[in-house]
Amino acid sequence: MAKLTYLEAIRQAQFDEMQRDPTVFLMGEDLVCNVFGTATGLVEAFGTERVRDTPISENGFIGAAAGAAMVGTRPIVDATISSFLYPAMDQIISIIAKSRYIYGGQARLPLVIRSCMFYGNSNAAQHSDRPYSMFMNVPGLKIIVPSNAYDALGLLRAAIRDDNPVLCFEDSTCWSGKMDVPEDPDFMIPLGCGDIKQEGSDISIIAIAGGVPLAMKAAKKLAKDGISAEVIDPRSLVPLDIALILQSVRKTGRAIVVDPAHQNCSAASEISAQIVEHAFDALRGPILRVATADTHLPFSPDIEKPLYPTVDRIIAAASQLVRSDTRMKA
Amino acid sequence: MTDISNSNALEKLRRMLRIRHFETVAEAIHAKGEIPGALHTYAGQEASGVGTCIVLRNDDYMVGTHRSHGHPIAKGAALRPLMAELLGKATGICKGKGGSMHLSDFSVGSLGETSIVGSGVPVAAGAGLGSKLLGNDRVTLCFFGDGATGEGAFHEGMNLAAVWKLPVIFCCENNGYAVSTPSSAGVPVKHMTDRAKAYDMPSAQVDGQDVDAVEAVMAEAVARARSGGGPTFIETLTYRYADHAVNMGRVLLDRGDEVDEWKKRDPIDLYRARLLDSGVAADVLARIEDEVSAEVADALQFARDSAYPTQAEAFDDVFVDRLPIPAFVQI
Ligand SMILES: Cc1ncc(C[n+]2csc(CCOP(=O)(O)OP(=O)(O)O)c2C)c(N)n1
Ligand SMILES: [Mg+2]
Repeated sequence: MAKLTYLEAIRQAQFDEMQRDPTVFLMGEDLVCNVFGTATGLVEAFGTERVRDTPISENGFIGAAAGAAMVGTRPIVDATISSFLYPAMDQIISIIAKSRYIYGGQARLPLVIRSCMFYGNSNAAQHSDRPYSMFMNVPGLKIIVPSNAYDALGLLRAAIRDDNPVLCFEDSTCWSGKMDVPEDPDFMIPLGCGDIKQEGSDISIIAIAGGVPLAMKAAKKLAKDGISAEVIDPRSLVPLDIALILQSVRKTGRAIVVDPAHQNCSAASEISAQIVEHAFDALRGPILRVATADTHLPFSPDIEKPLYPTVDRIIAAASQLVRSDTRMKA
Repeated sequence: MTDISNSNALEKLRRMLRIRHFETVAEAIHAKGEIPGALHTYAGQEASGVGTCIVLRNDDYMVGTHRSHGHPIAKGAALRPLMAELLGKATGICKGKGGSMHLSDFSVGSLGETSIVGSGVPVAAGAGLGSKLLGNDRVTLCFFGDGATGEGAFHEGMNLAAVWKLPVIFCCENNGYAVSTPSSAGVPVKHMTDRAKAYDMPSAQVDGQDVDAVEAVMAEAVARARSGGGPTFIETLTYRYADHAVNMGRVLLDRGDEVDEWKKRDPIDLYRARLLDSGVAADVLARIEDEVSAEVADALQFARDSAYPTQAEAFDDVFVDRLPIPAFVQI
């Protein structure tokens, strides 16, 4: 076991995969200068051809990743902050997600687009996006949302080896904190395999990315009030481990979905809908979403912070579900 | 002057004829309702596609556009799967899931014919980057229209290819219009080649109706790309005979006698005359035309005889593994 931070885990996955497979390469803006620390030592090990600084040209180099993948390489694009994916929507949606399909399976696009979600730090509306749910609306893109170093390492490694395009959304609120990770260079977490972060029996809290540490803290406090919460981390949104979620909800009969994205059409909305469709009979009350309010993120810290999911909001939702349910039974 | 000892001489005619006959048939059967969706034809532009592709090897790459029936044919694709694709059949080159705007044959190096204007340019740059990283000497030919040069994707792809000295040939097929917008109204520079200056990229403007002239500038560009000299921008001055498209809204435009003027310099007529001048016997040319005509008729028959894809196919190739099929979809 080695102890790594989230960012070190990402660096490790990239390093190991570049070592293992000479067709893997990394490109992005200001990579060589290693802005967020996920490229430490990579240039020294692999050179600037394979650790490639790009011009500020997201639609260009993300599209180039598609072309390079189609001719036999496995690009990893470091798009830095997720807001910078928007200039490349054209290439991500019209080319990367659809090429295999429109050409009847002739194209193969093994590529990973990494970006971080840089919210909660007064970076204002244009730099605080959490856009994974938008991409869930596009068939053909796999989406991973690791919430800790262990998952980041295992998921990213699996993503790099996947023959499909994968978007990796890295939650900056999960960056700090070291964690034990396996040293086996083939350690992987299959995409579509969720995780029970904590077992419980009264309520299922399905939490996404930065929502997971919040849910864990909430679960601890709820336990003191005699409420046993089960925390489920889907880890990948496409494919989604709906079986694991349903199994938990069938056990507890209550569900909260914690999602740092804006609530409207969020991953939480989709997960809630699937629970209703498949486990309505098991539900003892409504499913509550604890997501980000549907407004832009303001600069001023005091009015930014309360818009996101918080431990208190999760506790309030859990208490509401348990209380109203007791009244129903009485 | 055409060197008829060059083994390509008759092949160029054959490929141009294949395109022309293919398009003639496509227009006719589209009018009869046999082809679903829209149809953007390439007739008139044959020398641009064939003059460039004839220089390439089979393992070189090519990226096309919405107007790309001619490009795979120019690169040597078989006609049956292309025609079957137009009809939406399971035997189509894209299994009936791409259609007229995506007639891509990867077996001849196509990496897609994308109908989002300009979107193929970054892909071409990426294919060039891939060749560079993998250390092979394949080059990538990227087709796009005059209108596409207004897109950001075009400029980003050009920029990448230029700063990284990628083995890519950008071929701007300037047919004078983007739907109804004349180039003069959509492009501020007089020549498309002026676009290349901003990227310090070598460029050439060429008579796109003269297949030999196109081949000559392409040969120079390919030699440069293969030897590590980086990208080239070629502008072929050409013309599409048909309206922008059929079955895609009202895209008709009164072009006066312009079409007839351009037809006087029809790329196939010009080349046929040149071959005759060079001493090729008329019956040799007639035989090629007969063979092509039979080949296109065979492709059409094949397409008509083929089955449509099954409903389950709609869930294939979203990912490498088939998606689960929802219960409401009848299989
Ligand atoms: C991004 C995008 N915008 C608009 C369109 C609609 N459209 C299809 S073809 C076309 C004109 C393209 O002109 P040009 O690049 O000169 O190619 P040509 O049709 O002349 O071959 C337009 C505007 C599109 N397909 N994609
Ligand atoms: Mg045009």
